Amino acid sequence: MLGALALAVSGRWTETTARRFAVAVSALPVLLLAWGWQQFDPQGALFQLVEEVPWVPSLGMGYRLGVDGIALAVATMSALVFSASIAYPVDTQHQPRQYYAWMLFLQSVSLGVFLALDLLLFYVFFDLSLVGMFFLIGRWGHGQAQLAAFKFFLYTFCGSLLLLLAIIGLYLSVEPHTFDMRVLIEQQPLAGAGMTGGLVFLALMLGFAIKTPVVPVHTWLPQAHVDAPGPASAILAGVLLKMGSYGIIRIPFAMMAETFSRYAPVIALFAVASILYGAFVALGQRNLKRRIAYTSINHMGYTVLGIAAAGALIQETEYARELALVGATVEMVAHGLITGALFLICGSFWQRTAEYDLDSYGGLLRQAPWLTAFAVLASFASLGLPGLAGFVAEFHIFAGTFGVYPWLAVIGVLGILVTAALFLQMLQKVFFGTMPARWAQFADLRPIERGVLAVLSAGFVIIGVAPAFLLTLVEASATLLVGGR
Amino acid sequence: MPIGDVLPEISLTLGAVAIVLFVSFVRQRQHHWAAVLALLAIGLGAGLTVAQWGGAPRLTFSDVWALDGVALASKLIVLVAGALVVAMSPEWMRTDRRHGEYYALVLFALLGVIMMASASDTMELVLGVLLSSVASYPLAAYHRGWAPALEAGMKYFLIGALTNTLLTIGVVVLFGLTGSTGYPDIAQTLATDSDRLALTIATACVVLGLTFKLAAFPAHAWMPDVAQGSPVPAAAFLTVIPKIGAAVALARFVSLLPPDVAWRAIVALISVATMTLGNVAALRQTDVRRLLGWSSVSQSGYALMAIVVLGVSDQALPALVFFLASYATANLAAFAVVTHLRGRTALDDYRGLARHAPIAATILIVSLLSLVGIPPLVGFFGKLMLFRVTLDGGYAWLALVSAINTVVSLFYYLRIVAPMMFGNHRSAVHVLSGQWARSTMAVAGVLLIVGGLGAEALSLFTESIRFAL
Repeated sequence: MLGALALAVSGRWTETTARRFAVAVSALPVLLLAWGWQQFDPQGALFQLVEEVPWVPSLGMGYRLGVDGIALAVATMSALVFSASIAYPVDTQHQPRQYYAWMLFLQSVSLGVFLALDLLLFYVFFDLSLVGMFFLIGRWGHGQAQLAAFKFFLYTFCGSLLLLLAIIGLYLSVEPHTFDMRVLIEQQPLAGAGMTGGLVFLALMLGFAIKTPVVPVHTWLPQAHVDAPGPASAILAGVLLKMGSYGIIRIPFAMMAETFSRYAPVIALFAVASILYGAFVALGQRNLKRRIAYTSINHMGYTVLGIAAAGALIQETEYARELALVGATVEMVAHGLITGALFLICGSFWQRTAEYDLDSYGGLLRQAPWLTAFAVLASFASLGLPGLAGFVAEFHIFAGTFGVYPWLAVIGVLGILVTAALFLQMLQKVFFGTMPARWAQFADLRPIERGVLAVLSAGFVIIGVAPAFLLTLVEASATLLVGGR
Repeated sequence: MPIGDVLPEISLTLGAVAIVLFVSFVRQRQHHWAAVLALLAIGLGAGLTVAQWGGAPRLTFSDVWALDGVALASKLIVLVAGALVVAMSPEWMRTDRRHGEYYALVLFALLGVIMMASASDTMELVLGVLLSSVASYPLAAYHRGWAPALEAGMKYFLIGALTNTLLTIGVVVLFGLTGSTGYPDIAQTLATDSDRLALTIATACVVLGLTFKLAAFPAHAWMPDVAQGSPVPAAAFLTVIPKIGAAVALARFVSLLPPDVAWRAIVALISVATMTLGNVAALRQTDVRRLLGWSSVSQSGYALMAIVVLGVSDQALPALVFFLASYATANLAAFAVVTHLRGRTALDDYRGLARHAPIAATILIVSLLSLVGIPPLVGFFGKLMLFRVTLDGGYAWLALVSAINTVVSLFYYLRIVAPMMFGNHRSAVHVLSGQWARSTMAVAGVLLIVGGLGAEALSLFTESIRFAL
């Protein structure tokens, strides 16, 4: 049933004539995934709801789709962020049909990445997402949009090609050659392969690190974010970045557990570097969107830290590692929803004023109470206030990491402190204080914007207050992956 | 004499002769019927080739002519590509006084390329190279009143004359070493013992001779000029079709050599030099046709990767043929679009094309993305198979170099795509009137996508091909 999903969407996207239709189409996967959620049995096998059609059998390649708890959670979040971004009003520059067509195309390939159970299919969708994003940024972005699109495409394509080489390496290492992820996870083909294993692992990690992004290969991100249209940045942050971290869980983490554990401390170090770097650089930004973009680097650092801790294979720490993996997944979901909301808010700012400079704002609380409310809620969620989704995720990650790498966890917590400072400062600058006269005409959110943000906010509030439904689902897969069952 | 074994070639020859006779008796305005004749001859040849399919690999005509999977597959690719070239030509050539003869030249050049791919004898190889060269020089300079065309033709001819001579010298030295021109005998004699220095010289000469047809380093210099200056359909022909024959001929030749001749290293170096040079030179081009010429140089470099691992990886030949097919489709689609747009060539003229000519722009974008290797287009599978055999053969560094090159190539392909999609230009788009070029463009575009989705069929087709030897 999930197999038809991506096709159903991509088959219909050319007919898109209006936003309403696009929203309807994009909501379809949300409903289907919700149904998939019902069908999913937390006690069952790792992968469920598998759909398989041979594509190029002589290469061992097939159209294989299916989910585990992690994929299901992330895919549902993605579908939700997509629906929200599509519904969000934006200036389509007289080309609404193309705009919504690209959005739906991007949605179908993004979901494809999370649902693919075939390495090559995964790569196909992974690459196509670049193409979709390239055109969205280039055509509908602002500022130096073409340059940003260019940089984004080239930089991340570099990562993809490394990924492709590594995928072929993995493929050649099993007998009979296959791209089937389930077989590869079961066989752990490159365990103890020394040099080859190390190289394949390096290529995989580099490929995903560029996408996630982990410091020092993050430099494409700020510009792509700043110049993309609001909904596209929401997708970029909410969905495309997750492909990197999800890929780390799915491929190196699951298929090369031994090699991963050997290099886990190194990965954890890079993750902590991302956390601190992202937080401090964000603190120094005066551009609203750039600041949020850097917090993405910071948050993806938490995710990678959780994954690294989970892969450490240190004895007697199964429970801590499972906690860390659950935390990483919840962080992906939470960050997708929260940052999606934040970037949509940025989009609203741009629509109204075409200005991102923090210092030029002030005192908007009176003028736009709704906007303020949502921005405050999302910021608090992002900085990890208890009761909201960010807290659940970060608590799990740090609790888990503490059991594995206590020192790194302590250093990483500093990141949260800085994040809190930077969000509070941002809120204070934009919404409080005196309002410059030029914003006297600043309009509050329209009902449709309010509705969309309410849905996303509801998402992270619910996860924050009652995370059990998400946790059971993710824990089921996490336990299997860290070998606890 | 086993005439039945060369029926496809005979049909091409007869077609060419018929065209020459036909055009000397009808008015210039009716010359487009010669295109129909050429298509018929190609179709007949392709049909006869398909009929030969499935037999055991063998040599025929006193072992000078190979009838194996590789020869037949490359023959089919060449014929299909030839048909596309013929089909995109009539409107372009309509105003030329010698419209009809053009098709005869195309058929002769096709024949030469097929001979290269099937030759199992050094003399036969020389014959094929010469026939295709001689028929191609006038194609390059067909618009003889136009200086760039003449320059392109001249450059093509001079480099061709030089390298063809080298090829002949190599063949002569090889004959002196082994006393034979047939591949089976040569392989046998070389396997026992021979003068290694002389053999190295002979190999170097033959490989250099073939790099000309392949447009690979160091004999690549004609390619950008020809792509820019010759008639666009002829450029489509010359950037694609000789390459197929030359690559197969090179693969056939190097597989004869004993392992202690360092041909793998030589071919790997040529491959790296070719792809890097082609890509770096393409970066700053502002002329789309010239850019496509340089990109076609770099694509030869990728094709050579498969030849490097020949005999180490058992899928090297299928990968080579598959890649050539995917490259041919993509490049022909790109040139068909340029033909349809009346050869519009300055990069600035492509600004905003997506608004004014959406179909042509889409096909051009798809073909460029296929040349990069973006899935699920056919070019992706071509590259995938190349990477696979290269890694399988233990040449990981070569695969890495080509991956880096692919990123570089993405840069200049995007330089065409970006203005087309994002630019705003309010000038009229002139296209060739008539359906030939338009429908060729559409067919090639469809082939790109269908080829990707139906990669299974194609790879089944190429999976089992082997040399007869």
